[in-house]
Amino acid sequence: MITHTANQQTLVEIDDVSFAYGKRPILKGINFSIAKGQVVAIMGGSGCGKTTLLRLIGGQLRPSKGNVKVAGRVMHELDRDELYRMRRRMGMLFQFGALFTDLSVFDNVAFQMREHTDLPESLIRDLVLMKLQAVGLRGAHALMPSELSGGMARRVALARAIALDPMLIMYDEPFAGLDPISLGVVGNLIRRLNDALGATSIVVTHDVQESLKIVNYVYFVSEGAIVAHGTPNQMRDSEKEFVHQFVHGEEDGPVPFHYPGRKIADDLMIKAHA
Amino acid sequence: MLSAVANGLRALGGFAVGGVWRLGYASRFFVLVLLSSATSFRRIGLTIREIYFSGFLSLIIIAVSGLFVGMVLGLQGYETLERYGSEEALGVIVALSLVRELGPVVAGLLFASRAGSAMTAEIGLMKATEQISAMEMMAVDPIARVVAPRFWAGVVSMPLLAAMFSVMGVFGGYLVGVVMIGVDAGSFWSQMQAAVDVRRDIVNGVIKSVVFGVAITAISLFEGYDAPPTAEGVSRATTRTVVTSSLAILGLDFALTALMFRGL
Repeated sequence: MITHTANQQTLVEIDDVSFAYGKRPILKGINFSIAKGQVVAIMGGSGCGKTTLLRLIGGQLRPSKGNVKVAGRVMHELDRDELYRMRRRMGMLFQFGALFTDLSVFDNVAFQMREHTDLPESLIRDLVLMKLQAVGLRGAHALMPSELSGGMARRVALARAIALDPMLIMYDEPFAGLDPISLGVVGNLIRRLNDALGATSIVVTHDVQESLKIVNYVYFVSEGAIVAHGTPNQMRDSEKEFVHQFVHGEEDGPVPFHYPGRKIADDLMIKAHA
Repeated sequence: MLSAVANGLRALGGFAVGGVWRLGYASRFFVLVLLSSATSFRRIGLTIREIYFSGFLSLIIIAVSGLFVGMVLGLQGYETLERYGSEEALGVIVALSLVRELGPVVAGLLFASRAGSAMTAEIGLMKATEQISAMEMMAVDPIARVVAPRFWAGVVSMPLLAAMFSVMGVFGGYLVGVVMIGVDAGSFWSQMQAAVDVRRDIVNGVIKSVVFGVAITAISLFEGYDAPPTAEGVSRATTRTVVTSSLAILGLDFALTALMFRGL
């Protein structure tokens, strides 16, 4: 198993995990672990299985082979009540926020507190305002999701994800579609919140430069397997073709730009000159 | 030739297997909704909120439709009864038509179009925008939190809306028959009172509307929950809700009428 957790307690273990959607294999015997307190990035091209990995860790999918362990428990062996108890200790930021559109910003953040605790409304109010303060949106608590920009919605979703002070926070493409200012703000928030809460964070992203600034460790996934891993500095200096192509955003390299298909000359019915 | 027949049979078999599979899946979903209903009663506010959206907001279309249907019944009924010199029986015709049939059926069709399609679209969009996934990841069961309150709201709203439809229909019949045409008001009301039986007519009408409420909301919620998470998927699911619910109402109406009034 690939690990960077020497002398540290492991929170997440991915042990020889394979997964397929129907007959299409997505992950092929993947192995790695994540230590408590770390911010770890999982990077790779579109469709390489990054989001699938998050869903396996959250117990929303079941691996076809291998185990996903969180806090020592195999996720797919948990019964429904145990799974829900485990999820209460997790937070997840979805790609487009997934805010409840019929609830205000305040009610979105208060949602889990009201569902899972018996806290009095006055205390919930204080907690929600503190969470919103942490993401800089306390003043927006009365707005509806339709009144928020993309960056604001992502920050509200982040406040909602940390509502119950989770031990593990998962981010699915937190930087997608953000302007440069929001990008920096969200990146810093991920790091600061992780450290302040003593949590562990997994960031699934395409955004190499922004994520390398905030994470402790990076895993590169390609064709269902880990093809490179290391600290941000190791990745920046890496001579591996795959990492070099990804970090520098190059068209040529082991990751093809074009989806596999027939030759263009065949599709356009152009005859080769003799 | 043989291969065409084989392909045809294969397609027919695939269609039948797919249909049975979907029916089984829908039945499992329905049982899950019933088993997850405790939240709908324990946190009654969730259900009342949905009654407001699916029931109260449907009131205007139901009331206006009921009024017009009653007015048409008044005109057509008078036209027919006049030939036999039985204009006084207009109240009976209007009331029985509405309470036994038109109230539950037309209110059901309107409810499926207005509230059922809205439920499907709302849940389909919640799925498409990952709100359902987010709820699951927050350890909140979306069937208990989102689906079950809407189901019970539909079951409660439907008979009330059907009753409102019938009341407005009778009023419409009165307006046309008594106020506009001049049928005797005493005869209109007294014959209606004498002919309409609570057990046989009104209770049976209420039973029909409850059954339609169960069918419409179950279909609407299943279609929304099962919709592919795309714009086209939600659009198709919404259309299927209206078509399937309408056919279910008409089919169930025949079956219930046969059971209730012919004892088949």
